[in-house]
Amino acid sequence: MRLEMNLYGARAIYMYEMARTGRTLLQSIVSPVISTSLYFVVFGAAIGSRISHIEGVPYGAFIVPGLIMLMLLTQSVMNASFGIYFPRFVGTIYEILSAPVSAFEIVLGYVGAAATKSIVLGLIILATSELFVPVRIAHPAWMLTFLVLTALSFSLLGFILGLWADGFEKLQIVPLLIITPLTFLGGTFYSTSVLPQPWRTITLFNPLVYLISGFRWSFFNIADVHVGISLAMTLLFLAICLAIVWWFFKTGYRLKN
Amino acid sequence: MTHAIAISHLSKTYASGFQALKDVSLDIRHGEIFALLGPNGAGKTTLINVVCGIVIPSAGTVTVGGHDIVKDYRAARSLLGLVPQELTTDAFETPPGTMRLSRGLFGKSANPAVIEKVLKELSLWDKRDSRIMTLSGGMKRRVLIAKALAHEPQILFLDEPSAGVDVELRKDMWQLVRALRASGVTIILTTHYIEEAEDMADRVGVINKGELIVVEEKAELMRKLGRKQLILELRERLDAMPAALAGHGLSLAAGGMQLVYTYDTKGETTGITTLLDQVRNAGVRFKDLQTRQSSLEDIFVGLVRQR
Repeated sequence: MRLEMNLYGARAIYMYEMARTGRTLLQSIVSPVISTSLYFVVFGAAIGSRISHIEGVPYGAFIVPGLIMLMLLTQSVMNASFGIYFPRFVGTIYEILSAPVSAFEIVLGYVGAAATKSIVLGLIILATSELFVPVRIAHPAWMLTFLVLTALSFSLLGFILGLWADGFEKLQIVPLLIITPLTFLGGTFYSTSVLPQPWRTITLFNPLVYLISGFRWSFFNIADVHVGISLAMTLLFLAICLAIVWWFFKTGYRLKN
Repeated sequence: MTHAIAISHLSKTYASGFQALKDVSLDIRHGEIFALLGPNGAGKTTLINVVCGIVIPSAGTVTVGGHDIVKDYRAARSLLGLVPQELTTDAFETPPGTMRLSRGLFGKSANPAVIEKVLKELSLWDKRDSRIMTLSGGMKRRVLIAKALAHEPQILFLDEPSAGVDVELRKDMWQLVRALRASGVTIILTTHYIEEAEDMADRVGVINKGELIVVEEKAELMRKLGRKQLILELRERLDAMPAALAGHGLSLAAGGMQLVYTYDTKGETTGITTLLDQVRNAGVRFKDLQTRQSSLEDIFVGLVRQR
């Protein structure tokens, strides 16, 4: 078997998607930064000043990893889902399907671009939060690892959503009704260890608990679950998304008749 | 020599159960203009979409330049350019921007010289900085053609390229098609304007209800299936066909002011001389006469109706 790659193809999709971000800068970058700032004002300053430290970390700083995750997850899903759904909706997908690009290259282009945007956004939010609270990062390399893995996984999830959705409503519903609640319930603003039983056990079924916990560990060395489990769960999630995307392309699901 | 495209026993049944293509076999020769004619829903677009990889066939094989479209899709698709029927464009992009995407997708670097050349050929150069959404329908059609030509394909599919296009653009487009053919590009087009096929095509295929009814050299098709009519403009009205003229397959038209004789152009003798003698003997006088050759459209309508 010849090993060949149409890297121009993947790059063309990637650049095209990045150019789309440039055109929608306000929506893609400015709006998440503003909403994060609002979270800091409300939770960090207004409410946070009345809450004592959580496991030795000031509350304002404690919520930083959770907030980055909240934005990272929702923006990854929304960016990637819209990126592939829009060409399907307007019909320009014909060119991708009739081009000599493999499924891998298509995913590389779309998911790579969505993940890049999310990672940049995550770093911008981290910088923004520095304006409100001093944030120390205990394990910068792990922080970046979790950031990249999560951005990739959820961009893949968004890609799946964009392929599955047959209307704008479905496109909105998943981030709004599934991702956001799961993030809030996954310990964005609190440590799941403060929850009473049985809720604490129930939250362990929320996959986002592991992502947020692992990410927070990379900042403060504190975690709800062991970091190894967090990493394993992140990788498992990534593998599941990859398998679904692989199946979509193999069967032509929602792409080809 | 391999064909530009070889389609063998191709069938497509959609999930709804609709059978869009039924055992279609067709070879497209290198460098020809092939016109695919057929009524709406006949399977023209499905056939094109299967070759281009947009629709998965239910049965049969297709090779493009000798490359199987499934096993060796990269090599096959690299040769193909597609101008789709629908005006689906990247609304927010500029023409050069969307062409760069097209080139990239086909594994080519964004060569500004090629992009400029194609844009100029299609009179789009002045619009290079405009967002596509601001262009007229005809201009958008040009953008779609520009995208297909951006990656320099060897085989070009034009799916209803003249739908909703004004006369001038149509003329430009056909000029471009001729120039492309002259440079060695194979062209497969579908059209509703049969006179265009008649004007442009080397060969014609007629598809109806998913079946390829006929594939023929255009001239041969017109010779085989073309019929000629001799029309006699009468001096006086005839209420009924005179008995002496019965048996010639003549018919009365224009309220009895015309006698129409239909004959096969491929016949050994046309019978015109005998007929004219008999008309004179029957005392029928005519003031003028004309002959009319059936057009590709008449042939097409006749073929589709027979089924």
